[in-house]
Amino acid sequence: MRTGRSTLVFEHRPRILSSAAVTGPKEGRGPLGRDFDLVLDDPAFGEKSFEQAERKMFQTACEICLKKAKKPAEKVQALLGGDLENQIMAASLSARALEIPFLGLYGACSTMAESLILGSILTDGGFADPVLCAAGSHYATAERQYRFPLEYGNQRTPAAQWTVTGAGACLLSQTGRGLARAVSACVGRVVDLGISDVNNMGAAMAPAAADTLLRFFADTGTAPRDYDRVISGDLGGVGSHLLKEMMRKEGQPLTDEMYLDCGLCIFDGRDDVHAGASGCGCSAAVLSALILPKLRSGKWKRVLFMATGALLSPTSAQQGETIPGVAHVICLEGE
Amino acid sequence: MQQSGKKQALIREYAQLVRRLTPKSQLGLGCLRAFWVGGAICLLGQWIAEAAQRWLSLPLSAAQTAASITLVFLTALLTGIGVFDRIARYAGAGTVVPITGFANAMVSPAMEFKPEGWVLGTGARLFTIAGPVLVYGIASSVIVGILYYFIRW
Repeated sequence: MRTGRSTLVFEHRPRILSSAAVTGPKEGRGPLGRDFDLVLDDPAFGEKSFEQAERKMFQTACEICLKKAKKPAEKVQALLGGDLENQIMAASLSARALEIPFLGLYGACSTMAESLILGSILTDGGFADPVLCAAGSHYATAERQYRFPLEYGNQRTPAAQWTVTGAGACLLSQTGRGLARAVSACVGRVVDLGISDVNNMGAAMAPAAADTLLRFFADTGTAPRDYDRVISGDLGGVGSHLLKEMMRKEGQPLTDEMYLDCGLCIFDGRDDVHAGASGCGCSAAVLSALILPKLRSGKWKRVLFMATGALLSPTSAQQGETIPGVAHVICLEGE
Repeated sequence: MQQSGKKQALIREYAQLVRRLTPKSQLGLGCLRAFWVGGAICLLGQWIAEAAQRWLSLPLSAAQTAASITLVFLTALLTGIGVFDRIARYAGAGTVVPITGFANAMVSPAMEFKPEGWVLGTGARLFTIAGPVLVYGIASSVIVGILYYFIRW
């Protein structure tokens, strides 16, 4: 059901039955380290290449998630997910192994919210149940694809972010007891305010985040204070600052008590991460390790989960194209 | 992309906001670090050259080559064991500008693309970083050489 211009309301409020997060060692040393289901000792995950490690991490997150819900893979009717590799190979190869009907998604770092929204639509409409939603990223594969070889000696700028090595998965269903329920969602528009600095993704994505939030609040007649937390995916230090500034100007201020950025939850700042964490795995892992547990325990009753993505490719950036951003928001409530 | 005046004003306004809220690199500190590490590397090179002259009785030009070879080897070794990028993260231009930067720019892609095989991986991607430096370095030296041939001073 639609409300307003661009917001979806899920009539049956699909449940998130279980979730899982798998991360690399650096993420494991961070403040959420103990809340991840599996922390790797070795970023290569015992594989020959980091791409294979990323695939294994994605697949393992899916498998742990299914195990927690006690659902075999054969029972799952759809897998929705993606990652940052070219042609989303980590997701495709995981789908090959899991043998679940697969819809591959690319939304850059917004993929987790994108998959949750589409998964909720499928579940709510009775088209598939249960549905597995997942997203992942790997520092080493992202560096090679977007930046430099790992051992190349270069300095990062203060606005640069660190791609999370991690994957997260959620299982959606209409029946059973859930950790949380999906209530409503707003699909983001692609917004570009002319940022071309590939080392400042937060600035490229913040306008899209503000746009989606404002449209969602207008459609639902709510305001930031109606939610226990408004959570962005990976805006990082610079991007969250910009988002707060833009929301203040628009008369919907986000105070520090009600606003949280997943990119500022994963690392504790000592590890050369500058403006914070980024990547599909960032919001996916924080959703599973922090947001869903808080909703389940009742500490938070209603939150907005908004993953943000910078829709650039190395080619588009080299050809001088500016960086388009996108943000999808989904409202989650406790049972 | 055709942009209306309103959109352009929005873009200008946002660019100002981004400039205001994005932290700047610490230029002074960066220069200081680059200066002392870069200087230390050059000093090391000088020692090697003098040692080669004194103890290996090499002529000056051969001793200088020995210094370059040794620095390239040390960088390759440190890159291989995963230490060089940490030094470079601290030193910035201090490690990029001396010959160490060139050695690192060759060894790091060689390692990075090995999973794609010796030919299409390491072989094809070896010059991804050093390539442009070589192309324009050699091209400009050719131009300078031709100029020097005609205009001797």
